[in-house]
Amino acid sequence: MDETASVPVKGNGPALAPETMKRAYKDMLLVRRFEEKAGQLYGMGLIGGFCHLYIGQEAVVVGLGLHMKQGDKSITSYRDHGQMLVAGMTPRGVMAELTGREGGYSRGKGGSMHMFSREKEFYGGHGIVGAQVALGTGLAFANKYRGTDEVAIVYFGEGASSQGQVFESFNLAALHKLPCVYVIENNRYGMGTSIERASASKDLSRNGAAWNIPGRKVDGMDVLAVHQAAQEAIAHCRAGKGPYLLEMETYRYRGHSMSDPAKYRARDEVEEMRRTRDPIETLKAEMAKWGIDPAEMKSIDDDVKAVIADAVDYAKTCPEPDPSELWTDILVEG
Amino acid sequence: MASLILMPALSPTMTEGTIARWTRNPGDAVQSGDVIAEIETDKATMEVEATEDGIFGKIIVDAGTENVAVNTPIAVLLEDGEDSSAADALLTGSSASSANVSSHNEPKADAPVAAAPAAKAIEAEKEWGPTRDITVREALRDAMAAELRRDEDVFLLGEEVAQYQGAYKVSQGLLDEFGEKRVIDTPITEHGFAGMAVGAALTGLKPIVEFMTMNFALQAVDHIINSAAKTLYMSGGQMGCPIVFRGPNGAAARVGAQHSQCFASWYAHVPGLKVVAPWSSADAKGLLRAAIRDPNPVVVLENEILYGQKFPCPEDEDFIVPIGKAKIEREGKDVTLVAFSIMVGVALEAAAKLAEEGIEAEVINLRTIRPLDTETIINSVKKTNRVVSVEEGWPVAGIGSEICTVAVEQAFDWLDAPPARVCGLDIPLPYAANLEKLALPKPDWVVDAVRKLFRD
Ligand SMILES: Cc1ncc(C[n+]2csc(CCOP(=O)(O)OP(=O)(O)O)c2C)c(N)n1
Ligand SMILES: [Mg+2]
Repeated sequence: MDETASVPVKGNGPALAPETMKRAYKDMLLVRRFEEKAGQLYGMGLIGGFCHLYIGQEAVVVGLGLHMKQGDKSITSYRDHGQMLVAGMTPRGVMAELTGREGGYSRGKGGSMHMFSREKEFYGGHGIVGAQVALGTGLAFANKYRGTDEVAIVYFGEGASSQGQVFESFNLAALHKLPCVYVIENNRYGMGTSIERASASKDLSRNGAAWNIPGRKVDGMDVLAVHQAAQEAIAHCRAGKGPYLLEMETYRYRGHSMSDPAKYRARDEVEEMRRTRDPIETLKAEMAKWGIDPAEMKSIDDDVKAVIADAVDYAKTCPEPDPSELWTDILVEG
Repeated sequence: MASLILMPALSPTMTEGTIARWTRNPGDAVQSGDVIAEIETDKATMEVEATEDGIFGKIIVDAGTENVAVNTPIAVLLEDGEDSSAADALLTGSSASSANVSSHNEPKADAPVAAAPAAKAIEAEKEWGPTRDITVREALRDAMAAELRRDEDVFLLGEEVAQYQGAYKVSQGLLDEFGEKRVIDTPITEHGFAGMAVGAALTGLKPIVEFMTMNFALQAVDHIINSAAKTLYMSGGQMGCPIVFRGPNGAAARVGAQHSQCFASWYAHVPGLKVVAPWSSADAKGLLRAAIRDPNPVVVLENEILYGQKFPCPEDEDFIVPIGKAKIEREGKDVTLVAFSIMVGVALEAAAKLAEEGIEAEVINLRTIRPLDTETIINSVKKTNRVVSVEEGWPVAGIGSEICTVAVEQAFDWLDAPPARVCGLDIPLPYAANLEKLALPKPDWVVDAVRKLFRD
């Protein structure tokens, strides 16, 4: 088989163990509810500036997260809330950063687009489109330099996939056989520009072909398909075989950020996706098929709701950073 | 309890909008997240979501109303079991407009504007004992070798640094001693390898990134500034970036405008970076070692013409030069010349000529551009009452501009003449031998600038 050929993974890959399905369901729901709340808090003026929601794309990060282990690193763009929650960062800390409070992951100095966790090996949160791809390649470089079998998961949009540094990174990663899973989240639009108008590449999963980076196009609306592809990609990287490219065909339901005129796509297109491809509904159906009790799902719903409500309370009541914070963290002392 | 639904702000700059239509009718049950209305602004049409579960109780602002200010109550949400009288009660209640209004935390107007904390005192350089004459090139190589030996996390990468031994032979012998894991040839891909190195540094490794010349770092400047310098701050102190970006900076010899530019003021502008510019071999060795050990991103601006020049350098194995401390290369009482990198030599030559005229110039070698050692500069100016900055770079918003400002701000009453600048001409550097010579500062320019200060 031509390793670089794109093999669309059908949505009916091997089902996950029920416990894993429940975990995936819970994580996707956590991201969904978190983002809905973030949108609402934005409307209430509690969150300012740019705020990019992940709603619709949940299956991507959750499916990959199923195969990450302690020490694996991840990095993404400004559309980062989902990545952080799945990395194990607390909804409280993320939401409080969104509201610019001292209890936020960056103590209010980063905001929606810039959060990090050394502990959870989450490396941001980057506002420059494509920058995280070179940085993420460096995370993989560090794994290899230290001689571990840890991998780096590097998320970027299909818009970012046109950046020169993405191709520079592919070359570096292939040259050095770096354990780097590049995940293109192809949600079809970069702000208002559709992929057709932005890229002459008709199959982004082959964008690494010149460097023999194996690539796969994946139904990113189906967490089972993502799981299957992630398993293969991550195993490839852990085995020291070099980088791997996954193109996730996904969709964002909301605007690019909170100020999106939405003139570039028909409302029907969004509605159609929501109705027929929603990742959470799709998994729910699968879970029902495997006999998971709806009451259990309901109790997951309730748990998630409570976690989010708690995060919102915290983010609303947590104090703003002290003015002295202006001058800290500019340089490491010593 | 009944609560008010407020006109939301749906973009960073939205202050008001038009209620285009209501999509729910009074009496409808709504869940958090349901779309209840559409609003229009000059930029976009957007959906308004319910933020709580309940019964859509009453519309306060009708569809079609324009210029509705953000945070105006526009509808009432009832709890299960309440009827519309609860809405009326809420609206007529004295605290109606403030009830359940989550107020946006405006920064307190009287919050003190925190001042920059005073810079920490940096220890004076100690006496290092016997010296040996070595070239700046050797000094840089020795510094890297010493730090590579000392710390496994340090590695060098860049174009031609390994097999070729460095485009300017600065990394001579390093591949042999440290192997290809730690001395890494990169493809010609500045943006990519700088970003990769910064990513590795965020995990705690300590890369030395060699740019063949600093001119090419322009392709990587986004990672130097946005990724390396700002991440510590944006992460609330979690993600330090111990990295060195080094390479020859400024004019070389007859290589034209694209290969001849001083970037000192570019990098000096950026909080989160340190910037050093060695002149002598001792500067080069000591500053580069300090840069590699520093837990922050440090830009090391070298100079190709100096690479082959010999200077005495301490032989002590622990020799290091603290970042942030300038060095007085020559003492004098009549005028202060402030220079860095190759211009230190120019300033010293000028000082020798001035001495023949009876003017004793004090020459300060900045060594570090950021953080600037203003203390040394100001103490000198208070003694000499005159100051001239000497740099190879362009005049506009240059390092000289900063030095003059510092002198005026902090030593105005001591100045007997306006501070003056000697800079490279404000032009792209020409190729022709005669034109190039005319464009770059030389000792006579400094002498002239000093003479002017004494003429008036
Ligand atoms: C270098 C750079 N150019 C432009 C922008 C402005 N910008 C922010 S997001 C974006 C679109 C990116 O689209 P994509 O990569 O598909 O990611 P998505 O937003 O769809 O997740 C643009 C142009 C930026 N932040 N950085
Ligand atoms: Mg996109």
